[in-house]
Amino acid sequence: MPTTLTLEVFRYRPEAEAEPVLQSYEVPFRKDWVILDALNYIKDNLDGSLSYRWSCRMGVCGSCGMMVNGTPVLTCATFLEKYLPGPIRVEPLKNFPVVRDLVIEMNDFMRKLKRVKPWIIREEEKPLSEGEYLQTPAQLADYKQYSMCINCMLCYSACPIYGLEPSFTGPAAIALAQRYNFDNRDQGKKQRMEALAQDGGIWECTLVGECSVVCPKDVDPAGAIQRYKVASTNEWWKSLLMPWSKT
Amino acid sequence: MNQNPHYTKHHPRWYRVRMPIFWWVHKWVHAKFILRELTSVAVAFYAMVLLFQIRAVAQGPEAYASFLAWHKTPVAIVLHAIAFLLVIFHSVTWFNLAPKALVVRLGKKRLPDFVIAASNYAAWAVFSAAVVWIILSN
Repeated sequence: MPTTLTLEVFRYRPEAEAEPVLQSYEVPFRKDWVILDALNYIKDNLDGSLSYRWSCRMGVCGSCGMMVNGTPVLTCATFLEKYLPGPIRVEPLKNFPVVRDLVIEMNDFMRKLKRVKPWIIREEEKPLSEGEYLQTPAQLADYKQYSMCINCMLCYSACPIYGLEPSFTGPAAIALAQRYNFDNRDQGKKQRMEALAQDGGIWECTLVGECSVVCPKDVDPAGAIQRYKVASTNEWWKSLLMPWSKT
Repeated sequence: MNQNPHYTKHHPRWYRVRMPIFWWVHKWVHAKFILRELTSVAVAFYAMVLLFQIRAVAQGPEAYASFLAWHKTPVAIVLHAIAFLLVIFHSVTWFNLAPKALVVRLGKKRLPDFVIAASNYAAWAVFSAAVVWIILSN
């Protein structure tokens, strides 16, 4: 068992350099350390200027996603041990602009998330006096998987389509649209379909499938998008064959 | 709102990289994906062969004979062999992906992925057997 390990960390300091560089740091190897522990060690003991995002350390907040040896992972849930004997290359999430070091710019994702209206839409709200909207465990099971998304954006980094075509709404946002479409309390399916059946929507996806592979919460965005395509196709046929029916 | 995320007036210091043309050669899953997409060319080839066959039938026995004669040339045989392999690859990857798009519930339980894929393979086998039967019974 080695006592130390080398981390090659992507450094980009826009005020000092035009191109990013890889900087090597020697960190202690501990069996119970994850990549994030090693980054914190660097920040505390070796180089306080290293910038990265993190918060909860337990795979819930979705802040600490980075590329580790070329694969997008949550650094709080990825052990150093997996990459022995090293070195381990840590880079910012792919397909996003880099602000500094390991910090990426995520406004594009936030904008797209808002566009799919990920909240419960009612045609008419019922008055409070009528009580809550009820739901059975089976109805909950219909969408629960898609509700597990923590917005960590690993799926965007894994998606070559998003890299090639930045207007693509992307895996997480579409999976979250499905989370509300499959919720029996929601009536906003049509509004979301309007946003997603056009350019940059579901049809940009050519099913590479990597988004579902890297998802730390088993949301399966690739599956969500394919189900959306089936629904969209069905709707098109329905509007063609039965133009009088309301979808 | 600015719809093109590549274009921003501000933040000239953000570091961006363009995806290289050969982005797909580094990982086997990506190469497999590109290969799968390219196999649709072979599917189109088969569709074209069928259209030409129908045209030859419509034009009469002479045209049909020359259509058949072309299919006995080494070029045609090699083309068909390549197209056949590519279409097999296309079909297998397609059937394996089918469970992603098709979620079937029986009561409270979701049908497992392999059942959906297996039913596709079964349908494929049945149709292929029917085609073989039609050809052999003539």
